[in-house]
Amino acid sequence: MKPPAFEYEAPSTVEDAARLLADGGDDAKLLAGGQSLIPLLNLRFAAPSLLIDLNGVLELAHINEAAGELRIGALVRHSAVAGHALVAERHPLLAEALGYVAHPQIRNRGTIGGTTAHSDPAAEVPVVLLMSDARVIAHSTRGQREIAVDDLFVSIFTTSLEPDEIITEVIIPDRHVEPGTITGSSFQEFARRHGDYAIGGGAAIVELDAEGICRNARVGLLGAGMRPEESKAAAAVLENSTLAEDTVREAARVATAEINPLGNVHGDVQYRREVIREMTFRAVMTAANKAKAGTA
Amino acid sequence: MTQISVRVDGASYADDVEPRTLLVHYLREQLGKVGTVVGCDTSNCGACTVHLDGESVKSCTVLAVQADGSEVTTIEGIAEGGELHPMQRAFHEKHGLQCGYCTPGMIMASIDLLKNNPNPSEAEIREGIEGNLCRCTGYVNIVRAVQQAAGEMSSTAGAQA
Repeated sequence: MKPPAFEYEAPSTVEDAARLLADGGDDAKLLAGGQSLIPLLNLRFAAPSLLIDLNGVLELAHINEAAGELRIGALVRHSAVAGHALVAERHPLLAEALGYVAHPQIRNRGTIGGTTAHSDPAAEVPVVLLMSDARVIAHSTRGQREIAVDDLFVSIFTTSLEPDEIITEVIIPDRHVEPGTITGSSFQEFARRHGDYAIGGGAAIVELDAEGICRNARVGLLGAGMRPEESKAAAAVLENSTLAEDTVREAARVATAEINPLGNVHGDVQYRREVIREMTFRAVMTAANKAKAGTA
Repeated sequence: MTQISVRVDGASYADDVEPRTLLVHYLREQLGKVGTVVGCDTSNCGACTVHLDGESVKSCTVLAVQADGSEVTTIEGIAEGGELHPMQRAFHEKHGLQCGYCTPGMIMASIDLLKNNPNPSEAEIREGIEGNLCRCTGYVNIVRAVQQAAGEMSSTAGAQA
């Protein structure tokens, strides 16, 4: 047996799951897609007393739109999010980023709620959610509340969820677009092999008006520190410019000037900072070119 | 112990399993389906790839209890009436293997790839099997095998995927 022994419950409703989690004590863990948790169990880096399997909670498996927002149930698999028409139409950056999430088999299991709750600063989905002003719904036996992802991501593998709360839904508002502008976005990531854990990355959304002036920009950084990061300073450099190469280089420099990536055997802090700077540069340039070509 | 009911390669099974039993260990040790192999145990290598309700998954990162009520297809369940699946035959004919350890997972991942994309480019094939490591071949003949199978399966109506 690879994993340590644990008690196992498979509730079919959020209410039951919340009760099990509330009663389960500190060592109870939720199991969604299991693509991070089960390897951790196999390596015996995690030893929960109770696993509460959410895979039978079918009310968490929806994608729908309401009032200008996309509401994605926490249990929706990465492959389903990436392949969904509304995601492709309204949040192409999310669909593009999901292409970097591990491998097809893992995208068939991994869930949007799972990766959000896991709060890995080098994960692809959290940084896109941050750039999209997304929110999550957190459920517990005490009720439910909404949390902006900016308030949710606290640190590496740490969120502001209470121990008895379950993420049940991720809400992504439609982007407000100024009339007469065209939006482009791009996600760029560097890893030793495609699909491996990212060494670093950058993402960008830019909005160009008819004169080619950038009206709005969002710049996100992957693996830049203890949580997914967004650089408002880089966006300020880009906004009201024509996104000329020098300007974009300056924005990438500003975005990464003060970041502190975690160094390890695959790259020290300085190397990673430079990787993230280059990926950010490429993301903005690619996003700008897409906007100019009108291909989102 | 938890009781599960699962269909594997077309046959129904009801078994008691410890919740911590990985699907791959259940398949191999309780059902004797040793065609599915264990590589890394941490979802890196893809050797243990099977289909769970028609989708490729790494069976080292799924618990057997999570397959309760589901349909599992392994490498042992894709030949029909003693006739190799076109993907198996293509791996044989194009010599898409050397030691053969990655082959069951490669074949299951490749079948799922063609289900979603019946006519993939070479780049799409390489991306589609990026979750499966081969340490012998350098992938060249594996890619050729998938290309051959894609050609065959898309030319026969109702290709079995």
